[in-house]
This record gives sequence, structure tokens and C-alpha cells, in this order.
Amino acid sequence: MYAAIVFLPLLGCVIAGLLGRVIGARASELVTTGLLFASAALSVVAFGQVALGGGETQIIQVLSWIHSGSFVADWTVRVDSITAVMLVVVTGVSSLVHLYSIGYMHEDPHRPRFFSYLSLFTFAMLMLVTSNNFLQLFFGWEGVGLASYLLIGFWYTKPSANAAAMKAFIVNRVGDFGFALGIFGIWTVFGTLDFDEVFAAAPSMVGRTFEFAGMYPDILTTLCLLLFVGAMGKSAQLGLHIWLPDAMEGPTPVSALIHAATMVTAGVFLVCRCSPMFELSPFALQFVTIVGASTAFFAATVGLFQNDIKRVIAYSTCSQLGYMFAAAGVAAYNAAMFHLFTHAFFKALLFLGAGSVIHAMHHEQDMRKMGGLAKAIPFTWAMMLIGNLALTGVGIPLLHVGFAGFYSKDAIINSTFAAHTGVGSYAFTLLLLAAGMTSFYAWRQFLLTFHGPYRGNAAVADHGHQPADDHSHDEPLDDDHGHHEHHAPKLSEVHESPLVMLVPLGVLALGALFSGGVFFQYFLGEGAHHFWRESLVVPEGHEGHLPLWVEFGPLVVTIIGFLIAYYYYILHPKLAAAIQAKQSPIYLFFYNKWYFDELYDLIFVRPALKLGRFLWKRGDGTVIDGLGPDGIAARVLDATRGAVKLQTGYLYHYALAMLLGVVALATWFVVQGGAP
Amino acid sequence: MSLPILSLCTFVPLLGALAILLMPKPDSARWIAQGTTAVVFALSLVMWANFDNANPGFQMVEKLEWLGGGISYHMGVDGISMLFVVLTAGLMPFCILASWESIETRVAEYMVAFLVLETMMIGVFCALDLVLFYVLFEAGLIPMFLIIGVWGGKRRVYASFKFFLYTFVGSVLMLLAIMGMYWYAGTTDIVALLDNPNFPPQMQTWLWLAFFASFAVKMPMWPVHTWLPDAHVEAPTAGSVILAGILLKMGGYGFLRFSLPMFPVATEMFAPMVFTMSVIAIIYTSLVALAQEDMKKLIAYSSVAHMGFVTMGIFTVNHQGIEGGIFQMLSHGVVASALFLCVGVVYDRMHTREIAAYGGLVNRMPLYAACFLVFTLANVGMPGTGGFVGEFLTMLGAFAHNSWIAIFAATGVILSAAYALLLYRRVVFGALVKPSLKTIQDLTAREIALLAPLVIITIALGIYPKPVFDVTTPAVAKLISDNKAALAAHHAPKVAIVQKEAAQ
Repeated sequence: MYAAIVFLPLLGCVIAGLLGRVIGARASELVTTGLLFASAALSVVAFGQVALGGGETQIIQVLSWIHSGSFVADWTVRVDSITAVMLVVVTGVSSLVHLYSIGYMHEDPHRPRFFSYLSLFTFAMLMLVTSNNFLQLFFGWEGVGLASYLLIGFWYTKPSANAAAMKAFIVNRVGDFGFALGIFGIWTVFGTLDFDEVFAAAPSMVGRTFEFAGMYPDILTTLCLLLFVGAMGKSAQLGLHIWLPDAMEGPTPVSALIHAATMVTAGVFLVCRCSPMFELSPFALQFVTIVGASTAFFAATVGLFQNDIKRVIAYSTCSQLGYMFAAAGVAAYNAAMFHLFTHAFFKALLFLGAGSVIHAMHHEQDMRKMGGLAKAIPFTWAMMLIGNLALTGVGIPLLHVGFAGFYSKDAIINSTFAAHTGVGSYAFTLLLLAAGMTSFYAWRQFLLTFHGPYRGNAAVADHGHQPADDHSHDEPLDDDHGHHEHHAPKLSEVHESPLVMLVPLGVLALGALFSGGVFFQYFLGEGAHHFWRESLVVPEGHEGHLPLWVEFGPLVVTIIGFLIAYYYYILHPKLAAAIQAKQSPIYLFFYNKWYFDELYDLIFVRPALKLGRFLWKRGDGTVIDGLGPDGIAARVLDATRGAVKLQTGYLYHYALAMLLGVVALATWFVVQGGAP
Repeated sequence: MSLPILSLCTFVPLLGALAILLMPKPDSARWIAQGTTAVVFALSLVMWANFDNANPGFQMVEKLEWLGGGISYHMGVDGISMLFVVLTAGLMPFCILASWESIETRVAEYMVAFLVLETMMIGVFCALDLVLFYVLFEAGLIPMFLIIGVWGGKRRVYASFKFFLYTFVGSVLMLLAIMGMYWYAGTTDIVALLDNPNFPPQMQTWLWLAFFASFAVKMPMWPVHTWLPDAHVEAPTAGSVILAGILLKMGGYGFLRFSLPMFPVATEMFAPMVFTMSVIAIIYTSLVALAQEDMKKLIAYSSVAHMGFVTMGIFTVNHQGIEGGIFQMLSHGVVASALFLCVGVVYDRMHTREIAAYGGLVNRMPLYAACFLVFTLANVGMPGTGGFVGEFLTMLGAFAHNSWIAIFAATGVILSAAYALLLYRRVVFGALVKPSLKTIQDLTAREIALLAPLVIITIALGIYPKPVFDVTTPAVAKLISDNKAALAAHHAPKVAIVQKEAAQ
């Protein structure tokens, strides 16, 4: 049964991928979606048995994989509590996204391919979370990267989509560089890649050093940091985050599934899965918190002034992932996993809601051309409202009642405070500020989209190197006509999406409403030890005695953020426009994403291309060929060319025959001369 | 086993060549060549089926008197050479099929050249006598030289000479080394030399260098790699397949068969040099690949980078490194061949290999795009394809040996993603706007027959590589234990002397 959870999506992928043309688009949709719902149903059963029911960890051997000497790694399906949580998240969101895509993609001619990729992604993600060793995890890791690459570039005629797909793959490879070295290191140190064996042996390595890159660093710290580099790439943390906003070039359901709910959380999953190792390395944990909190803050600042509805949510995702890492870094792994869990629901809801808006707006994504849509698409409005309430974590602290994000986000902020360390305070400060900004950008986006006057025909000015505005349309370019001229529809033409898109929104909204309150006690409360068992290091409860201002802090900044957004975008919209038009340096700095892309282009991309060209022309051409045998070859050639004109063009055959003669002769002499 | 299956495998292609000479019409030549290579492939599979995985020594041995003086016709396979025979025999039918329509001039001669080449290549992997090995190793150059020189592109003369000179200069040094070995040991029998590899350290150094010269050129290792891109660019598609698929592997095979077991002391001494060259090859050629404008050149440079992983793995002299190296050679043999076939598909249609001449092929060639994607992913070492297993194991072995090597090699993994995806994006993705491409056709049935099996093998190698490891493991274990024993014996006297001195 557990194996079926993983392999049903693969079956769907293969059927839609290989037979899609034969069975047609509708059949492909139904097969893949049906198989995913089956997989999701089984996942819920698994969640009930293993996580809620406290069942044994299930390990199923599927097939042997790489056995080389003492190195062993097999294909397995491992289901324990942390896996069960991920199974529910992955198959739940994925099946809803499949369903939603039937409506969203209904005009696309390549639907079988799209659904095949979606199922491929789901399979890879399931392989990742059900792995029993680091190598299969790496397989899933790369597999989701591949699916992400294929889906970002799904509309392959769009140059921006192709560029974004490549960028995602290569930036992730930079993270994988660290991850792979971490795996090599783990095997070299522990002699195995099996989770249980590595974690069991980890305590014996505390304080020991090994030779790495000419130095003798602490073993566990080095390994954890290397693994974390991989996590930073996949989860788009500061420095390796640059691919995620560009990934929005893919169709919106893809953004919801891969670039919000599931794949990007793989890094958080990795850190939590390896919590028995991270737990033993205080330095690595501090590093994780610093990176996480900084990312949460950084991405929130960039999200403040974006105009593309999807990019706002993308930066929000980046920021929320930072929250999860910050929690993991203060050893509140269960808080990180809880936020991962709730975030999956409300972020998928927000993205699919945004997709519904984009669908209604005939593929317009610029919020400056929206406004006042609440009346035209009321259901979507309600869904986005719930999503935003969950994202901004609205709730009442003392009564402990609120939307999903309230439980998980406040738990993270509180745990950073409760850590009572310098790094904890740093994280607490940044996360609190980020919570305020989250509220601002979320409500700014909501108000710009749904309230105020409709601005469908507004001319918009761009100020920055933002590539988004040239092609921020969630639609393939038309092959024959090149660039499409885009016109936002009239307000009367804006219609609610079909039911097949609205049902998934409704289900996810239930998650955004209740997943926090219902599951809090299992993930974080008294039932936590029974729930997580051995799959995660559960911290001893350090909540309860927080100062009142800490408890209320997140709520206060959230309200402030909302009020500012309301003031600027509803009460005084001209003021907001004027401030944007003034282009103050700080606004431009945020708007242009702190100029990370420009910087990387300058120090990595261009030099690499230049160096390649230089090595080719100068290294291979001038130095090696020039000094090397090319001199001889050139001379031979000169002679040959002359002779070729005289003869029939077969001179090189004669030359060859002569060389052969020499070989034969030499051989003969060896044989004769050497004979005793 | 009374049937001399190795000799059959080796010489059936010559019979086929003879038959073609008797019936030199293009069509009959094609069919005879196709039939012959299919029979040889079947024979190689029979060989594999009869191969005893548990036995680390040589099997299916044949030994006949040949030239006298300890030089005999001695054939046999072990876990290291076995699969190279299968790879060679397996790729040949693809080569013939790929040449079916693209070769129109001198078809009979072309097919003869390929069949003769097959004999030489299979012979090289089976030979258990230095002289036999050398003759076959060198003789293989001739048909390849002709294939490039006669059926190649515009600069074929330049390329074929460059190819010949490079490999020939390396080989002459190996010939001298073989003479030296014969004079010292009184035999050229490889089994005897393997069982008792007692060349003095000083001599090992020179012998190692001489063999290295030959194998490093064949691999090719940086900085003697520049013949390869030129040879690939000018060679016809099937020539590129053989070049990348088999001929390059002879270098790696040579290291495993001769350098490591026969000259263990020199191997230990020179390993740092090999690592340096391998790492430079990986990074340098990956960067160069990034700048290429010709599809075949790009893949050729990527081959050099991939062979860098092989040499790196082999010289770690640990199980994962060596087995990874062997696996990398086998999977690269499949993947690089497939990539060259993919280039051949569009070259046959457009008659250009320039990357800029393409773009948006997926619009009209979805099947082609799918096949090309699988091979591109295998080339970047995506887990689940054959390309991953070897790359991973070699780096694992390298890390256990010295983490610096693995760190540098791992940067190559980033770069490989960059150049391979850049190629794919420029050729396959994008809008199809070039007028010349408007009528391009997707894969024909023949081309599907060509690429589909390779897609399956590429994925199968990545998901279930066990059959390969079953064959190689005992032989690799023996190679390593012999090497360690020899080194221990070499270092032991010194320790004893030091102890004696200390005692005095």
C-alpha cells in the first residue's frame, strides 16, 4: 500500500507521457488526476496509521540500486511520521492542483505533456520524502528539480520561460554541489548512507575532526553545513533564491504545487529529517537560523513593491521558507514542519486564487491593471481573503484561536524568542519585522486586485530592470505572430472561473482555516512526542512563559501592516503612486531585488562564458595546438595539400601505408630480436 | 566451453567484410554489415550469459602458439573487459543503421572499414598477450583514419592527420615499453605479467610513462585532447559514435589492464599528476564546451570532461572509484553515442552542425526532443540515468581519497548542467522561426529504432545497474587487493631497513 502511494503517480506520468497522443487529452487528465486522488487517499490512511495512530516506521525494500564494494544504496519506501506529514501535503496539494489544471489549462494543446510532468513531479517528490537513505533522497531531489525545469519551461516558445527554467536548474545545481559533497562526506565518515545507521552513529562523532579541503574542521558541523547548502538551493534561501521569482514563468498551477507548497519545502524537510545530526552541531544550527531569518526579512522587503501578482506570492514563499529555517535553527523542528504543513495549504490557495484572477483577467498579471474585482469574482475574492488571513497569521493570542498561519507562524516567532540566544534575538527581530511587511504586501496585493477602482486600461510605467513587465503573461506566446499584444478585459468581461477550478480552492480554504487549530496539539502540543516519535528530534516544551508583548507582537505588526496598506492603496492611492514615481533609492533597491541578479551576472555568468571562450581560442588553439603536434600536423598538411593537387587525393592513403609498414617492421624486430 | 567464442566474436566481422568484398553492391553491403553486427552482438550476449560472475580471473580463455618466443595468440575476458566487448558489439548495429542513408558513396568500402574496426576493437578487449594487444590496438587506427579521411566533412584531411599523429606518437612509446617488458620478463603474456608484476621501481616509472602517453592520448586527457573535437566534427555520425563510444574507452581499459596492476609503485607515484590532469580536464573542457558553436564540438568537449571523471576514479585505486570509472565508461559509451546520433539526425536533414542554425525544433520534432532530452539529462548526470551512477561513484571514491579532488570535480557537475542545457535550449526550445526549419520532419521509423533502445538502456542503467556491478565487482576487488599487496611488498623492505637502522 505504501509503495502504491509513490508509484501510482509514476504510472500516471508514464501513461500520459507515452500514450497521451493515443488516448487523448481528456483521458490523460482523468487518468493522472484519478491516480493522484487514489494516492492521496492512501496517504491519508498512512497519516492516520503511522502519524496519528503511532504505528511503527514502515520500511519497504523495492529494488536494489547501487552496490559497489562496501557502498550500498537501495530503492526503498520509508514511512514514518515526518514522511506521513509530507505524504499528505504532497499528494493532497498535487491532486487538487491536477484537478484545478483541468480547468486552467483547458485551452492548451499540450495537456497530456503537462499532466505527465505534474505526475512526474509528484512521483519524484514522493521518492524524496519516502527515502530511507541519502542517495534516494538525492534522486528525488534532482527529480523534482528536473520536473520543475520542465514545467517552468512548459511554454517553450517563450524565451523568458526557457531562461527561467535553465536558471532554476543551474542555481539548484550550485546547491546540489554542497549536498553531493555532504553525501560523500557522510559516506566517508560513517560508511553508510542509511538514515537510521547514520543518525545512530552521529553522537559518536561529536567533537571529532576530519580532513576536508586541506583543513581539519568539525565533522558534524561540516556535514550539516554542506547539506544545508543543498537545502538553501532547493528552498530558495538568501544567495541561492534568485531562481524562484523567475520560476513564475511557468503555468500558475505549477507555481502553486512546486514553487510554493511542496518542492521548495524539500530543504526544510531535509534539515528536519537530519535533525539528529543538526542537533549535535550548535554552529550549524545558528547558521541555519541566521540564513532563514535573513531570507525571511530580505524576501519580505522585495515583496513590498512588486507589481506582478504572482511575484508577490513568490517572494512571500521565499520569506515563509525563511521562517521555517529560522525555526529549525533554534531546534524547533516540529514548528518548522508545522509551518510547512499549514503553509502548503494557504500558499497553494493563494497561488491558485491568483491563477483564478489571472484566468478571469485573460492572462493579465499586472496588479496595476486590476482593481475592484471583488464584485466580478466574489468566490475567488473570498478564497484570497481566507488565504491572506492565514498567511498573515490572524488570530487571538490568549484564546489561541485563529487561522492556520497564526498557529504555526507565531509558534516560530515565539520559539526564536524563547531560545534566549543572540542568534535567537536576531531572528526574533527580523521575523517580527518581516511579519509586519508580510501583512503590508499581502493586503496591498489584495486591495490592489479586488478593491478600489478598476484600472484595466491604465498605462503603466516601469522603473527598474524588472524583466517581468515585458512578458508577465501567464500564457504561451503565439508561434506565428510572435509577441502578443495584451489588453486587459473590460470589467464586465471578468468572469468567475469554472467549478473544476473553484472546488480545489474551497478544499484548500478549509485547510487554511482549520489545519492550524486541528493539528496544533499533534505537531506542537502535548501529543507531539507521540506524534513524531523517533522521526524528528522534538524539543522539550519551552513555551508558556512568554512575556505578553511577545505573544501580541505578531498581531500588532500585522495590524500595522494592514493599516499602512489600507491607507496608501485605498484611502490615498495617489500618494502611493507618487511615492513609487519618485523612485527613491530604497524603493528601487527593494523593487530590483537588491540587485542580486545583476551582481551574479557580473561575477559568475559573464566571466564563465568569457573564460570558456578564452580557454578554447587561446588555451586549446594557440597554446596546445600551436606548441603541440599541430606544428607537425600543419607541416604534414602543407606537404599533403601540395601533393593532393598533383595526385588524385589519395596521398594520405600512401602516407598511412608507409606508417603501417613502419609499425609492422618494428613489431617484427621486437619479436625476432627479443626471442631467446 | 569448447566453442572458441571470443575468437568467433572477434573474427566474424572479418568474415562479413570478406562477404561484402565479394558482393560489393551498396544494398547487399548494408544488409551483410547489419546482419554480421547483429550476429556478433548476439554472440557477445551469449558470452555474457556464460560469464561466471563469481570468478575474478580470466574466462573463456583460448591459447594458441603464434609467433613463438613466449608470444602467443592468447584471448580471454574478465570482469573488467567483459562488458566492453558487449558495449562494442552492441553499438555496432547502431552504427550501421545510422549510416544506412547518410552514406551514399563507397558504401561497400565503408561497411568493410567498420567491420574491420569491430574486429580490432573486440580483439583489443579480449587480447591477453601484449603483442596481440598492441597489433590490434594500433590496427584499429587504420579503419578509423579512413572513415574520417574518406567519408568525413570538409576539413577531414586535417582532422584525420591530427587524429593519427596524436595517437600514433603515443603508441610508439607504448611499443618501446612493450619491448622493454619483453626483454626484462621474457614473456608478453598478460596473465603471466599480471600474476607476477615484479618490474623494478625505476623501470616501472618509465614503463608507466610510456603506457600513459598512449592511453592519455586515447582517453583523451587534458592537454592532449585537442585532436578529439576536430576528429568528431569531421567524422561521419557513425564514426563519432565509435570514437566516443569505444575508442576513448581503450585508454581507460589500458590503465586498468596495465598501469594499475603491472606498475603499482609508479601508479602510486604518478596518481597526484593524474588527479591534477583529470580535474583540469573536467573544469577546463566544461568551460570550453560552454563557448562552443558547433554541436559536435560541444559534445566532444563534454566527452573529455566525462573521461576526466574516469581517470580520476581509476587512480583513486579504491573500489568505488574504479568501479565508478568502469561504469562511467560504459554509460558514457551509450550516452555520448546517442548524443552523436541525435546530432546526426538533424545533420542529415539540415547539413549543418552549427547550433545557431537551429532553434525551436520541439515544435515540429516532439519525439526527437524527448529522446534528446533523456540523453542530455544523462549527460548532466541526472540520477535515474546511467550518467549519474558512474559520476557519483567516481566522486565518492575521490572524496574518500582526497576531498579536494571531489570538490573540484563537483564544480564540473554544475558546469555540465550549464553547457548541456544551453545546447538543448538553443537547439530544441524556443519558437520555430527560421524558414529553413519550417518543414523539418520528426524521427523516421529507422531513427526511432535507433534511439528508442538507447533511451531504454540509458534509464535502465540508472535505475538497475546491478547486472553491471555483478560482473565487475570480483575483478575490481582482485585488482585492488593485488595492487595493495604489491605496494605493501614494495614498502615493506624499506620499513624493515628503517627499523634495522633504528635498532643499530
